[in-house]
Amino acid sequence: MSAFQKVYTKISQITKATCSLKATGIGFDELAYIHGRLAQVVKIWGDEITLQVFSGTEGIPTNAEVTFLGKAPTLKVSDELCGRFFNAFGQPIDGGPEVDGEEREIGGPSVNPVQRKQPSELIATGIAGIDLNNTLVSGQKIPFFADPDQPYNQVMANVALKAQADRIILGGMGLTNDDYLYFKNLFENAGILDHIISFVNTTEAPPVERLLVPDMALTAAEYFAVDKNEKVLVLLTDMTLYADALSIVSNRMDQIPSKDSMPGSLYSDLAKIYEKAVQFPNGGSITIIAVTTLSGGDITHAIPDNTGYITEGQLFLRKDTEIGKVIVDPFRSLSRLKQLVIGKKTRADHPQVMNAAIRLYADAANARTKLENGFDLTDYDRRVLDFAKDYSNDLLAIDVDLKVDQMLDRTWELFRKYFNKSEVAIKQEFTDKYWKQ
Amino acid sequence: MNQKTTGKVVSIISNLVLVHVEGPVFQNEICYIFLNDEKLMAEVIKVIGEIAYVQVFESTRGLKPNSKVEFEGHMLEVKLGPGLLSKNFDGLQNDLDKMEGVFLKRGGYTHALEENKKWSFTPLAKAGDRVTAGDWLGNVKENWLDHKIMVPFKMEGVFTIEKIVGAGDYTILDTIAELKDDNGTLHPVTMMQYWPVKLAIKAYKDKPRPFRQLETGVRVIDSMNPILEGGTGFIPGPFGTGKTVLQHALAKYADADIIIMAACGERANEVVEIFSEFPMLDDPRTGRKLYERTTIIANTSNMPVAAREASVYTAMTIGEYYRAMGLKVFLLADSTSRWAQALREMSNRLEELPGQDAFPMDLSAIISGFYARAGIVYLNNGKTGSVTFIGTVSPAGGNLKEPVTESTKKAARCFYALSQNRADSKRYPAIDTLDSYSKYLEYPEFIEFAKEKLDENWVNIVNEARNVLVRGKETQEQINILGDDSVPIDYHIILWKSELVDFIILQQDAFDKVDASTSMERQKYMLEKMVKITRASFNFESFEEVAPYFKRLINTYKQMNYTVYQSDDFKKFEQEAAAMLEERMIK
Repeated sequence: MSAFQKVYTKISQITKATCSLKATGIGFDELAYIHGRLAQVVKIWGDEITLQVFSGTEGIPTNAEVTFLGKAPTLKVSDELCGRFFNAFGQPIDGGPEVDGEEREIGGPSVNPVQRKQPSELIATGIAGIDLNNTLVSGQKIPFFADPDQPYNQVMANVALKAQADRIILGGMGLTNDDYLYFKNLFENAGILDHIISFVNTTEAPPVERLLVPDMALTAAEYFAVDKNEKVLVLLTDMTLYADALSIVSNRMDQIPSKDSMPGSLYSDLAKIYEKAVQFPNGGSITIIAVTTLSGGDITHAIPDNTGYITEGQLFLRKDTEIGKVIVDPFRSLSRLKQLVIGKKTRADHPQVMNAAIRLYADAANARTKLENGFDLTDYDRRVLDFAKDYSNDLLAIDVDLKVDQMLDRTWELFRKYFNKSEVAIKQEFTDKYWKQ
Repeated sequence: MNQKTTGKVVSIISNLVLVHVEGPVFQNEICYIFLNDEKLMAEVIKVIGEIAYVQVFESTRGLKPNSKVEFEGHMLEVKLGPGLLSKNFDGLQNDLDKMEGVFLKRGGYTHALEENKKWSFTPLAKAGDRVTAGDWLGNVKENWLDHKIMVPFKMEGVFTIEKIVGAGDYTILDTIAELKDDNGTLHPVTMMQYWPVKLAIKAYKDKPRPFRQLETGVRVIDSMNPILEGGTGFIPGPFGTGKTVLQHALAKYADADIIIMAACGERANEVVEIFSEFPMLDDPRTGRKLYERTTIIANTSNMPVAAREASVYTAMTIGEYYRAMGLKVFLLADSTSRWAQALREMSNRLEELPGQDAFPMDLSAIISGFYARAGIVYLNNGKTGSVTFIGTVSPAGGNLKEPVTESTKKAARCFYALSQNRADSKRYPAIDTLDSYSKYLEYPEFIEFAKEKLDENWVNIVNEARNVLVRGKETQEQINILGDDSVPIDYHIILWKSELVDFIILQQDAFDKVDASTSMERQKYMLEKMVKITRASFNFESFEEVAPYFKRLINTYKQMNYTVYQSDDFKKFEQEAAAMLEERMIK
């Protein structure tokens, strides 16, 4: 700390999340300590400085001591980060020593778009609902859209473990202590703890602290992807709680809310995080898999809606009551980058097989409506219903673990079992090859 | 040179900065804020007394009060001259390829053009000619296109060419002509000029109603809801409905001389897709590379918000510049909602009274003002040039009643509604033909054009196909209510005729080499063929025969769509389908 550091002791205004005081020579976004708590400059109005206090303002007196640090929030980056657990400020919470390394500002500048490379590496997860229908690609950003009662954290952790990334960085926002321990145990038991770095804000910590978590995680990710050319996978859960924290702050700052009482800048705020996903030309990459919890499956709410416009698709989990398993919903899920790999890095019949199966699955949904309305089913209706059940159980369920070629073969088997060639309507060159007698 | 107005930073709220000014400033004036050794570009958006409110085009992290500010005496301008094509600019027209490092450096501004590059200039005018703004003085080859060097748009009045250089190689800074005004003052002219992006370039004689079709190769647009050269359209769609794929298809195959894509607040990887695919794409019209006639403005969602707002204006201004050369410009902006959101963020910080969904009150006026800049024009020399504009809209929650969609609907003439249902059942492009419209179908100018170029009855045929779809939709609803076996067989036939049109005309595989783009000749051939089938009567014993029969028919015509027009395979499938029709069609 600098020897000239000035201490201010006269707070002019206190709200639930902010404090204001008169000070000069302060930079925007700068950090400060107020009453021993970390805070950040969010507004400079003449000589009046407004600080956002991350842990809340409870108990802060009007004569609290304020010192400014002269810098934005930073993280010390080095290989020492590996295997460690940190809080939202980047301080260890696993009882280990402080990390030494190069101090970098978090929330740094964007990658020049012309310096990006087009993502082209398939990330196999073994889950057919993902690999077959919604293939993931390195450098992609994609969230799970799930209701709070669905096992999204487990599915995400599974994907992470199978994805063979060089480095996995977990950004946990508003994680319950149980979930935090779940991730911790899982990573420890998998024996890959040294590949993993975690920044965690649990529900026990104040919500506004969460705002730092994604930037911390992504600053660490950029270190490994840019400086070390590693393939980094960043897990962010739960982004809905992050957005809620944004709305708390904007509300306290008297901003006019837009849709669903979210701040008008929600789109830009989320984009700044998700757009850190990138494929660098030197081989390093940052892939982001996030979780956005929904309320009753409502994707028109401002948080999932804005997220959907930013991310490259979404993975939708749904319970299929007929087979009693959670499946990756083929209608509402989408991976926008799959076109870059399917049929190119995978077998050439992949795109057509995928589309045909989903079309038939949609026909089954229509047949089910008919059934529920008490109409007679045609022969075709009955066949698509049977197909849908097999397809759901053998391919869409999240407990499936297959290679992509096996998934395609399995789908062909189902086609052959229930349909004739014209009903499947796939280019002739593929039916010639894969429609085995 | 005039003394620049200066000022000092007083207050900072994110990218809104209040500056105490010492001297005159004007609305939308550009200024630079000094932060250590960086200069941050900003624009005046409000003035109260001696306080100027400026929106900063960069992050203001670390900015302190009392920082020095210099005002530039002009609005946000772009540089216009040879060398704009094949470039990747940000929203402020910085050449992204000239920037150093992987990350965008704050305050890193780069020249849009090349000051040292020599262009081979051929004069088109001679000394003594009387000229006005926008008149062609000469020609240079930019890639392979004729790039006209014009009398700068800012020059008002009539001038006499005092001197013009002969054919030869010059840089954009060399004086290529001297123009004398009526007071006898000489004005040197170079190949580069400046223009403020928020003002429309009006150096043309006349702006008629659009009258000829702009072919896009997308059947559901060209056949069913055509867009005209100089026309405007918009594509609203919930996320995941194939908006971006459609836009890229339009950019690749539209029959335009110049393509300008403004990626405004959208995903960086999509821009990268354009960057990496366009240089590889063969231009179907010239056999060269598509990139040679493309300019990309990339202000992705993580780049500064204020520059996002500027990006659509930058793109439009470059479009108007090429239009003044007598070229057909096709401008795509994805997405105008992000632009509107940028307006909202700033209006919010300014604490303006909000309109619906917290958007600024004048949103509608801003949007229609922008769409009005598109159009076909007669230049001073009688030639035509055009800017055709299609913008996408990303309606919040997929709700088309939200302010940006509603305002755009008032401004644009074509509406391409992307439907979630069609996307869910993978019926791409997911444009719902019945919800969509092209007001140009009613233009007498277009009806005349179609009569001459396509068919005497073209608009009627289109409407007939549309009618088949309407009846199909109604019948589907009735079958859903009454059940398959409680309706006459005819209902099933009506339904499947509409499915035939849907699958063969409306649906198109953007990822298939052949099917991705369809010539107007082929579109006419296929549409007339399908309409003819829908007019015919068919003979079925029971309703259960209908669907399998039509599925076979559709499958065969679909294979036909995948083959080269009038090739042997094409004819083979055509004959196969004809034989199938023989089975059931009643003569």
